[in-house]
Amino acid sequence: MGWVSESLDSIRSLQIRHVLTQVVSLGMIVTSALIIWKGLMCVTGSESPVVVVLSGSMEPGFKRGDILFLHMSKAPIRAGEIVVFNVDGREIPIVHRVIKVHERKDTKEVDVLTKGDNNFGDDRLLYAHGQLWLQQHHIMGRAVGFLPYVGWVTIIMTEKPFIKYILIGALGLLVITSKE
Amino acid sequence: MSPFVNRLNTLVTFAVLLLAILCAGASFLDCFHSPAVQANVEVLKVNRFRRQLTGNDEVLLTLNMSIDLQSAFSWNTKQVFVFIAAEYETEKNAFNQISLWDLVISDKHHAKFETQVTSKYLLIDQGSNLRGKRVDLVLHWHAMPITGRMILGKIPVSSFQLPKAYT
Repeated sequence: MGWVSESLDSIRSLQIRHVLTQVVSLGMIVTSALIIWKGLMCVTGSESPVVVVLSGSMEPGFKRGDILFLHMSKAPIRAGEIVVFNVDGREIPIVHRVIKVHERKDTKEVDVLTKGDNNFGDDRLLYAHGQLWLQQHHIMGRAVGFLPYVGWVTIIMTEKPFIKYILIGALGLLVITSKE
Repeated sequence: MSPFVNRLNTLVTFAVLLLAILCAGASFLDCFHSPAVQANVEVLKVNRFRRQLTGNDEVLLTLNMSIDLQSAFSWNTKQVFVFIAAEYETEKNAFNQISLWDLVISDKHHAKFETQVTSKYLLIDQGSNLRGKRVDLVLHWHAMPITGRMILGKIPVSSFQLPKAYT
């Protein structure tokens, strides 16, 4: 516990200029995180470039807590691709595989049907009442990359908020008390 | 910062960096892996061909297939998702693609097989354009990695013509 009292001492001995420097550096960290996120949005063309898998409906390919990187290119959606889509009246986006595609001749609009690899039937039961197909505007992006386990960090933080506060508090303390 | 926290910080940072480099490397090496998938799929029988009450044509097929997907596996492959799609063009739609059958192959030793199946999903058109229609069968595979980039591939396998009348 020696370093805690040492840290408290260091807070007391701060001068105003030092405090300002720390505030600025903290601001730099926050803004650069924001820049990276918004930059990714620009590059990938998807409104949320990274998503965490929350359900087991794509097992054994994707498990709960895995991370997917999304990309939204101009190329038309095709069967076999794994897309992330929003359904009207549902808050949480769903990650499932496309099994049917119908592309109009005149307008180039697509009708898409999806299914979870681990689900028995297709997704019509998950769609809004009476909705038979997904259109382009429902789709947030297609999954292009995969990273296992990392998403558990966010799952734990959303489900156990006090861990998040402890972590933020500890990081804040470290930033304030660090000498350069 | 105390020396202990300092050391822990360095250690964790280094471990994470190393892991990230290994993951990126594993995925990058997939670029040099070019699969040579061999497949032979044909329609054995049209079991059912009718118009649904909704006005859409519906077909149930029996497929005969011999597939060798062993080369789709690399050391960074967790599983391969394989499916057979019926692809055709109609007056209304420039492109229709309907998955008929799929399978998750979890290791290389199960990636070569011969089988006869009734299609898992019905071939349902948007409308009633299937009588006498020429339909292409295409084998698609999706190599899902242990970490990194996902790889999609396809080869056309055969084409067949649906009967001119409903059964």
